[in-house]
Amino acid sequence: MDFLLSLLEFAFGRQEQVLEALAQHAGYVVSVLVTAGVFAIVTGIVTRRNQLARELALSIASVFLTIPSLALFVIFIPLVGLGFAPSFIALFLYSLLPILRNTITGLDGIDPGVLESAKGMGLSPLQVLLRVELPLAWPVILAGIRVSSMLIVGIAAIATLVAGGGLGDFIKSGLARLPLPNSLEAIWLGTILCLLLALVIDLILQAARLATISKGIR
Amino acid sequence: MSEPLIRLESVSKSYGSGAEPAVKKLTLEVEKGEVLVLVGPSGCGKSTTLRLINRLIEPTSGKIFLNGEDVTDVDPSELRRKIGYVIQQVGLFPHRTIAENIATVPRLLGWDKAKIESRIDEMLELVSMDPETYRDRYPKELSGGQAQRVGVARALAADPDVLLMDEPFGAIDPITRDRLQNEFLRLQQELKKTIVFVTHDIDEAIKMGNRIAILREGSEIAQLDTPEAILSHPADEFVESFLGSGAILKGLTLKKVRDIDLHQVPTLTAPVARDQALQALQDSPDQVAVLLDDKEQPTRWIDEKALNRTSQPIEKSGRPVTVNLQPEDTLQDALTTMLQSSVGMAVVTDRKGKYLGCCTIESLAKLIMSEG
Repeated sequence: MDFLLSLLEFAFGRQEQVLEALAQHAGYVVSVLVTAGVFAIVTGIVTRRNQLARELALSIASVFLTIPSLALFVIFIPLVGLGFAPSFIALFLYSLLPILRNTITGLDGIDPGVLESAKGMGLSPLQVLLRVELPLAWPVILAGIRVSSMLIVGIAAIATLVAGGGLGDFIKSGLARLPLPNSLEAIWLGTILCLLLALVIDLILQAARLATISKGIR
Repeated sequence: MSEPLIRLESVSKSYGSGAEPAVKKLTLEVEKGEVLVLVGPSGCGKSTTLRLINRLIEPTSGKIFLNGEDVTDVDPSELRRKIGYVIQQVGLFPHRTIAENIATVPRLLGWDKAKIESRIDEMLELVSMDPETYRDRYPKELSGGQAQRVGVARALAADPDVLLMDEPFGAIDPITRDRLQNEFLRLQQELKKTIVFVTHDIDEAIKMGNRIAILREGSEIAQLDTPEAILSHPADEFVESFLGSGAILKGLTLKKVRDIDLHQVPTLTAPVARDQALQALQDSPDQVAVLLDDKEQPTRWIDEKALNRTSQPIEKSGRPVTVNLQPEDTLQDALTTMLQSSVGMAVVTDRKGKYLGCCTIESLAKLIMSEG
């Protein structure tokens, strides 16, 4: 109880700092989801008909996910310096696999009869893609985006190590000052805010799911 | 004959250089307003042939004419909007409502909204589905038979001259299939579309086709003729074996009850006295008489035994007449009814149920013999 009180006191004592870190963290999530989402979906669409290209794309995306996250944040520093850029690149690479994989799975899972009739009625290849394939694969793609979003919220805490800001700042400073006063509070604050952010983003994506998926395939 | 609506001119399709072509130098003409059925064993290339017509498959060589115009070098998507296409898997868009599904081609063609809306209702009514009920439903809420009705409605929405159908009723249970086939024949009488219909089921081919092309490997035409001609004069052993042993029985679906000379048994109109009934039966070579009610509708089969056995009123003796044939029924229906009937005959009535006469095995046999 005492700890909870001192945690609240700690948080409200530096509201500005908290809001800034939260905004940075959320900024990573949004910018990475949008760019990686578009990139992975386009890559999935382009490569899916070619066995070789598609396997290659999937293996490359898997490799990114197996590189230790700490290393992935650091290796881009010589190229792009410190701060937002190396963090963004690392998170971008991390979030590709779930979206790419689900895009390919979703497009593969479409009933061939539906595609045959779409072509047979005279939809052009682009119309088939935009009006039939993507809407039908969307629930699966969106599930991939959700997995990636959770991944990013967690891993974005590492950005602090390359001076990228975010909620990781609290965790890092707490760790550095352990066991001085307010160090545990800082660690807990960073962690709890990450969880809350993850929850809010999940709710938003859930709402997007209901809003963008046709009742016919829900 | 006028210019055929669809003409394939020595069209070939081969996959890879070494393999046998799926379609080998096929020349085929489809007349305006006819149903041409392509039938053959699986793998004979009949579906490939169908898909060559709307260029879902590009021919390796040869030419395809639609309305006298070479379609081998027009834009395939534009071409397909002018040709209805119905497939076994139906392929309705699951994320679109029934109305949106039907509106697909009209929208592609840029019809205006009001016209599309009224067309959707018209199409649903055409395939006997209530627009109020079904417009806003999704395909997952439909049964297989209903889905294919919508499939047909969607294919006809932009009023194409040509309809290509690839085993449209293949995945539907036998009872519903029979009903859809009959409805389709009724529709076709009204619409007079030019239809190419693919099936592997020779019975369906005989029922649906104005002409039938029996295909063997490589989409080679073994015989192309009317169902009657193919049944009575199969061109070779392949056709004969494909027709199977029951060619005569299959022919029964082509003839109607009205082609038969009806047999007249004694009729009694209720109320009638017992000895009057006995007298009528003794005067006639037949063993049974038909009892009619006051509207001349047949109600019971009466024979001497039934009259002697019971002291009940005559309206309750003998056996009830359960099934009536009508002149539009096929001879196959007639045969089934006769075999099921207790007296080996079937009663024929007009549409209102008024008695016309009886159909007997002998009269059926006589008709088949005279064809022979």
